[in-house]
Amino acid sequence: MLTNKAEVIKRLQQDILHLQGFKSRNSAENLLGLGPVEAAFPNGIFATGAIHEFVSQGSEETAATFGFVSAVISKLMTDSRPCIWICPSRSLFPPALKKFNIAPARIIFVETTTDAESLWVMEEALKCDGIAVVIGEIPRVSFSQSRRLQLAVEKSKVTGFLLRAVKTQNMLASIAKWHITPVQSMNPDGFPGVGFPQWNVALLKVRNGKPGSWKVAWMPEGFRVNHEPRSIIQEISEKVSQVG
Amino acid sequence: MTKRYISIWFRHLLTDWYIRKHPDAGDSPLVFSTQQRGRQLIHATSRKAENTGIYCGMAVADAKAIYPHLVITPYPPDQEHHLLTALGQWCIRYSPVVSIDLPDGLLIDASGCTHLWGGEHNYLAEITLKLSAYGYDVRAAMADTIGTAWAVARYGNDATIIPGGLERKALRPLPPAALRLDDTLLTKLQQLGFHKIEDFIHLPINALKRRFGQAFILRLKQALGGEREDILPLGIPSVYEERLSSLDPIKTAKAITIAITRLLDVICFKLQQEGKGIRTATLTCYRIDDQVVQISIGTNGASNNTTHLLKLFELKIPSLAPGPGIDLFILQALLVEDVISEQEKIWSATGSADNNITKLLDRIESKIGSGSIQRYQPAEHYWPELSIQPFTAPNDHQQVNAPRPDKLLPQPLPIEVTAPIPDYPPMLFRFMGQLHEIKKADGPERIEREWWLEDGAHRDYYIVEDAAGRRYWIFRLGHYAVSQTQWFIHGFFA
Repeated sequence: MLTNKAEVIKRLQQDILHLQGFKSRNSAENLLGLGPVEAAFPNGIFATGAIHEFVSQGSEETAATFGFVSAVISKLMTDSRPCIWICPSRSLFPPALKKFNIAPARIIFVETTTDAESLWVMEEALKCDGIAVVIGEIPRVSFSQSRRLQLAVEKSKVTGFLLRAVKTQNMLASIAKWHITPVQSMNPDGFPGVGFPQWNVALLKVRNGKPGSWKVAWMPEGFRVNHEPRSIIQEISEKVSQVG
Repeated sequence: MTKRYISIWFRHLLTDWYIRKHPDAGDSPLVFSTQQRGRQLIHATSRKAENTGIYCGMAVADAKAIYPHLVITPYPPDQEHHLLTALGQWCIRYSPVVSIDLPDGLLIDASGCTHLWGGEHNYLAEITLKLSAYGYDVRAAMADTIGTAWAVARYGNDATIIPGGLERKALRPLPPAALRLDDTLLTKLQQLGFHKIEDFIHLPINALKRRFGQAFILRLKQALGGEREDILPLGIPSVYEERLSSLDPIKTAKAITIAITRLLDVICFKLQQEGKGIRTATLTCYRIDDQVVQISIGTNGASNNTTHLLKLFELKIPSLAPGPGIDLFILQALLVEDVISEQEKIWSATGSADNNITKLLDRIESKIGSGSIQRYQPAEHYWPELSIQPFTAPNDHQQVNAPRPDKLLPQPLPIEVTAPIPDYPPMLFRFMGQLHEIKKADGPERIEREWWLEDGAHRDYYIVEDAAGRRYWIFRLGHYAVSQTQWFIHGFFA
């Protein structure tokens, strides 16, 4: 009887995860080549068909976020589906996409004037199947607006990335919250000069998953995760000890 | 199909218009005057002025002698043309082919339109009633030929609708002037004692031609239907045009949507038959207060899908002011292109994905304005700011292989730099009040200015990484000089 109950609960949990947009075990594993980062998601699979939130402060962090997001979409855009990038004024420099094996012409930029307009475009784009990823640079989003976006992706299974470059950040109905910060570049075999870009990828929040932080570098072949996962608690205690 | 034409004669076009604009001017006789050879002549008269015995072409001084309190208004040049054009536009609600007939009339090609108003009598009565309600003193007549309609409108008695084949009978009692002849011919006819058309209509054509010339015969034949006469319509109707008139004026967005749906259904069916689709379309709404409002849509790819086009129009409906109500909708497909129809997959419920994206982009563009959607490709320029261009057609410009920053500043910003020796990367730089100690650096990458575009110094770019791992793109303008070397920051690397 007890085992029965446990099984039922397990199955129900699986169902809930499925409803929330997480894929089940049998779909492609290690989709992005992000190994331990993807393992932090429930079932160990990066959640597509959901809203991810990326927070950043300052131009350096924004550029790092652009880099990480470009790298992720290059892995998601494997078929011919395009990607829509919504921004108030385009600050992403398209030639940089070459580094991440994306032809600049494959990204459709939509330049908007207000946040309300950006949200409208994002919601419409998320409702449209046939798009790989929708990226919205929308600093100010309210919780209910993010719920609308979440509802839109639940039907169409399009992945949405919200890039928020503001100081104060409210709670959103996103499946994961990321914070990308630049760290020293990786120079394999001690080559001089600036090496491959490397970031500290912090998964601040992931629904039903294990938040953590990793050092991730981008090489022409793909991601390389350089360190064992450290928990947020470890990192905070490190910072505290540094301050102390 | 036999043609039916209506000729409308505005007996006091200018003065009626003036009285309509200035209601208190209608109380006393009114004339329009023009300056001719140093004299003031009367150009147009109102009905009241006519009743006092004043006629066109009379000197203003004489008219004043007849009626001292005459109101005299200077004649605005070409006013008839403007007025008739506006009235003609208004009449488009009755027929798509309306032409102006200077100096004082309109011609309407009513072929196949009258049944919509319940017969020719109702049709003609409706037009005269509406125009009279606006204050115009009009006479209208309908006939198979323009000539007869014109003659009967101006010189006829009661019968304003001439059935087909009875032109000869209708013309008989009218004076020769009803045939639109010039003055010299009219005087000649007068002198010969031809006071009515019936006096000469039975004479052999050859005899008339010898005496009065070809122009006279042409006019006569045109009136009788023996010679073809064409009119130049005001707005030439486009091939893909549909109209929908409503009995009651329409005000609500819901009703407008229904009207657009009906129009689109007809047009799209036609387009589908021909394998074509709409690129741009305009909906023109004629309001009952004489105003015309319109909305336009454009698509990224030719489309003949009613639901999609309706969605584009729905976004524009809020900008349409229905005012007191709209009684006629005209939908025109201004730009039509061939549709490359894709075979729909039998197992795909939603149709092709590309199609969905085109539709999405159409919706976005019509909501936030054209030019907001861009794709970029490399351009043939050295300068980083110029090295991208909007994607129009695929080009084969190769992008440089050197690394480029993920975030490029629209304008390079000056920074303070400490550099050890010429052509070495700097050690320190200060940007926005913050000091950055450079740990790793790559470069320089010299980018020359395109001398055929502008003059100036070249740039030496360095990729630098500071102690915290933040990566920047900085450059030195021109060659190294001890005192005034200028350094700038131009971008941020991921």
